[in-house]
Amino acid sequence: MTDLVNVALNAEGFMIDPNQWTKELAEILARQEGIDVLTPEHWQIIDFCRTTGLANGKAPTLRQITVGTGISIKDLFALYPKGPAKKVAKIAGLGKPEGCV
Amino acid sequence: MKTFLVLGAGTAGTMIARKMAAHLDAREWKVVLVDKDEKHYYQPGFLFLPFGMYRAQDVIQPKRKFIPEKVEFIISGIERIEPDASRVKLTNGRTITYDHMVVATGVDIHPEETEGMLDGGWRTNVFDFYTFEGATALGKFLEKWQGGRMVVNVVENPIKCPVAPLELLFLADWWFTKRGMRNKVELVYATPLSGAFTKPIAADALGAMLKRKNIHVEPDFNIGMVDAGSNVIRSWDEREIPYDLLVTVPTNMGAEVIGRSGMGDEMNFVAVDKHTLQSQKWENVWVMGDANNIPTSKAGAVIHFQQETVVKNLLAHIAGKPITHKFDGHASCYIESGFNKGVLIDFNYDQEPLPGKYPLPVVGPFTLLGETTINHWGKLAFKTLYWNMMLQGIEVPLPNDFSMAGKKPTSSKSPAPQF
Repeated sequence: MTDLVNVALNAEGFMIDPNQWTKELAEILARQEGIDVLTPEHWQIIDFCRTTGLANGKAPTLRQITVGTGISIKDLFALYPKGPAKKVAKIAGLGKPEGCV
Repeated sequence: MKTFLVLGAGTAGTMIARKMAAHLDAREWKVVLVDKDEKHYYQPGFLFLPFGMYRAQDVIQPKRKFIPEKVEFIISGIERIEPDASRVKLTNGRTITYDHMVVATGVDIHPEETEGMLDGGWRTNVFDFYTFEGATALGKFLEKWQGGRMVVNVVENPIKCPVAPLELLFLADWWFTKRGMRNKVELVYATPLSGAFTKPIAADALGAMLKRKNIHVEPDFNIGMVDAGSNVIRSWDEREIPYDLLVTVPTNMGAEVIGRSGMGDEMNFVAVDKHTLQSQKWENVWVMGDANNIPTSKAGAVIHFQQETVVKNLLAHIAGKPITHKFDGHASCYIESGFNKGVLIDFNYDQEPLPGKYPLPVVGPFTLLGETTINHWGKLAFKTLYWNMMLQGIEVPLPNDFSMAGKKPTSSKSPAPQF
């Protein structure tokens, strides 16, 4: 699957079924979020979020990402401007982080 | 003699200790309740303190008043919880071994988690309102304030009562209007969320109310530091908001003893099954109220809806029967909106807040997601309900299970992700 046509998204643009996610989709979703190229640093965070997100049934919060990856919040914002937790969750095909209940 | 131990005598701990003492055979069970503090705070009332609508006596009562005689109440801090050994060490030197334990140690604010928040301005022109001291100090400041820019900021989620910051702004708008100085005050809401609330339909409705009341929203604002020297808050992405008065909702974290005891996540919340509130790790540990990690609002109404499930499941578990009752994440919040009006929202894990009517015998119906006077009276009446019914073990006539009756489904804008 290399485009978003067959992917179910909610009104906020989060994928509904995380099992539909592929690395190619992540590239497309990232471009939509204004990130043209996903570097290894970007991928380290996406991989962490995929792993913990699927294990816990919910996308990690900003604090969980910074604690879990050891990457500072400042650097997270540099990689994923505006809202890193939300942006990574979207690109990683997870739901909205539940910190935002 | 078996021991049923409850840690924390706030809303959840007080209610569950009373219920379990009533259900368990006193010849076989001893119910023990531990808290470090003698005072019980009616926390929803903190919102009204800054505007002189409530005073100390409205929001503080002695904890003992709500604890039945057959519950042993111990005033002490908790040194360490050892769930593998079913044992708790108190700071007063005593060690308690339990058969079952409910952890209800709540959350506290942590202003020290944000760089610069405790520098210079703290409780001078930077206030919290999630503590009695903070809300009272803010009230004293407001009495003398001549106006300027008032910024309300939520540092990070989750927080106790996600609508309280909005209520504070709505009340501030009303209060400054009443004092004839609204034109001298600029109201700003800086939030890490993308809008006024987390769920889309309520976010739209509440966002429209903020706009109507001329309250500016700065969305996706993740605060990095408070620069108390120049009265500016700065986000991680380098946006700056100057303030004359900063009202902050600092980082909310579970009790430190949870962290010390290795029972919590990175914010000291204890992982539980979200439908039963039983610990995922220790089958004789249950976690109620703000202390657990369930994805609901951290609020007293949620505790009210939780307790029936927990009591039934606890009794079943103690009797060696399977646990069958499930909590649906039901939350119900009166949102004070100023000018003697209020908004009601009612939702659960699966259903976001919708407009419509909330049917309630005798006093209702209440309007959902719309501003009415009766919702305001519902909010104020809740204080009486809390002190005289909820904490006294008298059934409050609120249905525990979430119901769609009266709600008007709009096109569901945000189905929950399916894992």
